[in-house]
Amino acid sequence: METLNLSAAEIVKKFSKGEIKAVEVVGAYLKNIEKRDKTLNSFITKNENALDAAKKLDAKREQGKPTGRLAGVPVAIKDMLCTKGQKTTAASKILENFIPPYSATVVEKLEAEDAIVIGKTNQDEFAMGSSTENSAFGPCKNPWDLERVPGGSSGGSAAAVAGRLSPIAIGTDTGGSIRQPASFCGIVGAKPTYGRVSRFGIIAFASSLDQAGPMTLNVEDAALTMEVIGGQCRRDSTTSERKIPHWAKSLSQDLKGVKVGLPQEYITDALSTDTKKTLDEAVKFVQSEGAEVVPVSLPHTKLCVSLYYIIATCEASSNLARYDGVRFGKRADFTHSPPSDILEFYSRTRGEGFGTEVKRRIMLGTFALSSGYYEAYYKKACQVRRKLREDFLKAFQSCDVMLSPVCTGAAFKLGEKVSDPLSMYLNDVLTLSTNLAGLPGMSVPGGFTKEGLPIGLQITSHLFNEQAMLNVAYAIEKGLSLKEVPNVLR
Amino acid sequence: MDIKKVAELARLQISEQEETLYDQQLSSIVNYFVELEAIETKGIEPMVTPVDLEPYWREDKKESTLTTDEALKNAPEKMGNLFKVPPVV
Repeated sequence: METLNLSAAEIVKKFSKGEIKAVEVVGAYLKNIEKRDKTLNSFITKNENALDAAKKLDAKREQGKPTGRLAGVPVAIKDMLCTKGQKTTAASKILENFIPPYSATVVEKLEAEDAIVIGKTNQDEFAMGSSTENSAFGPCKNPWDLERVPGGSSGGSAAAVAGRLSPIAIGTDTGGSIRQPASFCGIVGAKPTYGRVSRFGIIAFASSLDQAGPMTLNVEDAALTMEVIGGQCRRDSTTSERKIPHWAKSLSQDLKGVKVGLPQEYITDALSTDTKKTLDEAVKFVQSEGAEVVPVSLPHTKLCVSLYYIIATCEASSNLARYDGVRFGKRADFTHSPPSDILEFYSRTRGEGFGTEVKRRIMLGTFALSSGYYEAYYKKACQVRRKLREDFLKAFQSCDVMLSPVCTGAAFKLGEKVSDPLSMYLNDVLTLSTNLAGLPGMSVPGGFTKEGLPIGLQITSHLFNEQAMLNVAYAIEKGLSLKEVPNVLR
Repeated sequence: MDIKKVAELARLQISEQEETLYDQQLSSIVNYFVELEAIETKGIEPMVTPVDLEPYWREDKKESTLTTDEALKNAPEKMGNLFKVPPVV
């Protein structure tokens, strides 16, 4: 158990000093996966080569060769990221046998720093969902309460870290898919500024919103992992050429003079009593540490759900057009009933290959982009999106970071919202605007409900100012010093 | 919303049961979008990407990426170095 409680930074330190071997670390996690994942279902595929990679790394260190910034650290990768030679499914039947011929830049960067991919994690199909119930490989469970969802769409990554099946994981966040599961599973999850991390090799959902980021046990590991995966990539023209700062080394708990904005539109009756209490306590804490708390206004907040579900579905309907059964992915079985035309060939393949939620969103996006509706929906949403971003730019003139809850409440029960998509969508209202505006945002554990379920605090900062967000999260983490562990570990 | 037409445009074969379900669900979602109508957007440039990045040049040099075998490896059906599809005309 001791090994499983080490942070990534501690593993790197111990490994480089020769106090622990990579095979011991990887072995301990593989054993724990064996023990717990039948219940949690956080992995879709385990990396059969993880131990071999660990052996090679141990040999490299023993030969005195320099090792990387994440040397010996197992990493669980959301199944949205391509891993060369390793099945990558996006939790969809349509990609159930897809073996990418290349790795995502994020995966290449992690491996270049000697992290060891331990497996591919469960998620909502094509990252469309907030509960990891929309997976072709069965739902993932929350380690704090097996009757509850881990959140989503990066629910497998969150559950894997919370259940100590991997010290760190990578998630993707299109509308809150890193921050919300991090909140539900009591871990740290960070979405960097849009353009910080390469999207090359990440299965596209909504290209103007998607961003990959770390899911970890603490803020230092999140900063360290984000440093490794960030940076300009020539294969993704939307990545920024800005240099990646030394976020981990620059972490500071000092909140004196930091201006913390409280978005007034986020504090509504929709917040559960426990969530409101957690926020109030965090506000008191940052004030006691010398931060100045100021109210800020984001007037277009209530429109976020509409904006997001128009823009994300429009982009998805276009991105998912590539799954046509011709070059890769599953094709419907035409052996006994050949298609009458090319349309039937596509339609049957896609109708059988995609799950319910994915079809729903493709249709919504197709409708919003169709002739006669494009101006009223897609164009209008993009115009209002600019107004929403202006809200943030204005608000950041009077504060350094914004503090709010990640969600209105803690993890809900499996099956509770699955039949009502609109209510599931409305649940995301506090995380969507961060993606629409391209801002960095993260979740840090802030407290618990009466039943002992974790509640996350969301910290958002200005474009490319991740340090401000990380510092406030770091101060909250150190100050609150929460020690509770998930039920499955007790 | 004409669900049949949208499904056809999206190249999705859906069952009658799905058609009824999506009809109800998508209508209630689209009704929710009505709130955007009240927002004044005259003259506002649509924002299609969140970060304004400068385009950059890269060197025009060849590099090897995937081999034919690698590119064909995931094909549902292939013949020689071609993707194979059933007859559709």
